[in-house]
Amino acid sequence: MSEASSSLAYRLRSLRRLETFACLAAVIVLLLLPFVLPDFYVYFAALVLVTGLFATSLNLVLGYGGMYQFHHAVFYGAGAYAFALMLTKAHAPLWLACLCAPLVSAVLGFLIGAICVRLSKLYFGMLQLSLGSLVWAIVYRWYSFTGGDNGINEIPLPNAISSTTGAYYLTAVVVVVCLFLMYRIVNSPFGKIFQAIRDNPQRSEAIGVNIRLHQLKGEVIAAFFAGIAGVLYVVVEGTVVPDMLFWTVSLEVMVMCLLGGWYTFLGPLLGAAVIVGLRTFTGAYTEHWSLILGIILMALILWLPEGVLGLIVKPANSKMELSAETGRK
Amino acid sequence: MHLAVQLTLASLSQQVLVGLAETTTLFIVSSGLSLVLGVLRIPNISHGALYMLGAFLAYSITRMLGGTAAGFFASLLLAPLAVAFISLVVERFLLSRLYERDHLMLLLFTFALALVFNDVVNIVWGAGYRSMQLPSMFQGSFSFSGLFLPRYSLFLLCVGPLVAIGLWFLINRTKIGKISRAAAVHREMVGAVGINVSWVFAAVFMIGCFLAGLGGSLVAPTQSITQGMDASIIIEAFLIVIMGGLGNVWGALLGSLIFGLTDSLGVLIWPQFSIVFPYAAVIVVLLLRPAGLLRSTW
Repeated sequence: MSEASSSLAYRLRSLRRLETFACLAAVIVLLLLPFVLPDFYVYFAALVLVTGLFATSLNLVLGYGGMYQFHHAVFYGAGAYAFALMLTKAHAPLWLACLCAPLVSAVLGFLIGAICVRLSKLYFGMLQLSLGSLVWAIVYRWYSFTGGDNGINEIPLPNAISSTTGAYYLTAVVVVVCLFLMYRIVNSPFGKIFQAIRDNPQRSEAIGVNIRLHQLKGEVIAAFFAGIAGVLYVVVEGTVVPDMLFWTVSLEVMVMCLLGGWYTFLGPLLGAAVIVGLRTFTGAYTEHWSLILGIILMALILWLPEGVLGLIVKPANSKMELSAETGRK
Repeated sequence: MHLAVQLTLASLSQQVLVGLAETTTLFIVSSGLSLVLGVLRIPNISHGALYMLGAFLAYSITRMLGGTAAGFFASLLLAPLAVAFISLVVERFLLSRLYERDHLMLLLFTFALALVFNDVVNIVWGAGYRSMQLPSMFQGSFSFSGLFLPRYSLFLLCVGPLVAIGLWFLINRTKIGKISRAAAVHREMVGAVGINVSWVFAAVFMIGCFLAGLGGSLVAPTQSITQGMDASIIIEAFLIVIMGGLGNVWGALLGSLIFGLTDSLGVLIWPQFSIVFPYAAVIVVLLLRPAGLLRSTW
């Protein structure tokens, strides 16, 4: 028995070491990227990272929490708008705007979450969709404050972060830090309870978990990280448009999570890379992007509902579980 | 002072009447959505795209038939039928394979359908907008005691109740309605007594999508027909269905009344942000009654 468990512990430790090694390698690659790639690809990489962070923040509640987060783009857009408005209207210093924008998203997440967590599943999603659409409508109509459908352009950003390389480095550093934090959150006791609620809400409630409170916390955390992604979007693109918080964007991000695999941590990042890549590079050949996305999505749901990473990770995971099981015996 | 009061009263009732006419299309579209949601349990995001398809088809059919009143009435029947046929094909070949999946997958799948329909519209009709004229019998407006009501709004006010009565008859008095109600409550049991549930689902899906097409062809002469006209109506229809109670057609009626009236009255109070009022109404209703106003079939 002890032999089995010690070998399991050894394997776990070596796996952990492998993971650390892979992370370090990824960070080094990210840092070196601008030296090798032409400007356009650096911009593209930054966009992928921003969208990946956005998708990962959605996956926090969607994949790990099992919450039907139908309108996540609202928090993304709220962060972006808060950032842009603080710089253009309030003339706030950059660091303050960077700090406040995700907090605005988190507060919005708290407000929307507090209303929605009273409901579950489809009702939760639909109410969230309606509240989100309300926010979109206000942003879209409020010409004097948000610029209406023109959005906000000419956002004053210091040269150091508005250049392609500068924006990339800022994005890369922030995204890596955020991913690390989210990874810690998912594997914290809170994250475990969150996943327990996803797997079986009745049992979780029976052992004394306050489901609504945890879902509300999850919502606020996810909104916070989505807000950070929104800020980074402004840094990379230099503009904000109300389309950022339209409901179709939310569904597109869900497609990214689905594509990568929503029971995996890095799946949404992979999905974001694939979708953003396809959109950017098919754009040169055809304007029928929505047809392509629709067909990909149909094929995914029909034949690959676990996602790409889900397909790879799942068998490995079940093997681990199996050995853990025998180890216990 | 007296004049001002009369003016507001007149404009108020005017606005209520116009709002009621708009409610008609909202009701027709959302009752179809509610039917599909209640019986098939599919949150059909592509419902809005089918509505848009109905509008474009109505435009083309009316033009093909020479733009006459007869052509317009024919398009009111033919365009929804074409939409229903398309939905039948989609249901048989795609959706019928997915009934066991959870709602999130169904939602995303119908989103994919909406994307494809959108692009098909783009390919067939191009990216620009189209507009069609009302037949001459519907142009102009009636006026009585200081109120002006466009003739077409009056027509819509007649169509709405007709559709509601038709739906009531279909659901309560016909065999397929009774079977579909039973299937909404207990799918397996209906199958166990020897009824082909799969075809009942196909029929209900067709009826629901027919209603989407009908809504689209009814609004076709009143607004510009563009790509993206589906994006706002689908959200509104979903809100109405949620507010009324999932799968309850009368809930859809009640919901669209609340939605349409708060919208049209909101214009009087705060024109720039009139859109806020219906959404606020939905939020208030759902806070007071989280499961919707009327009993849901879920």
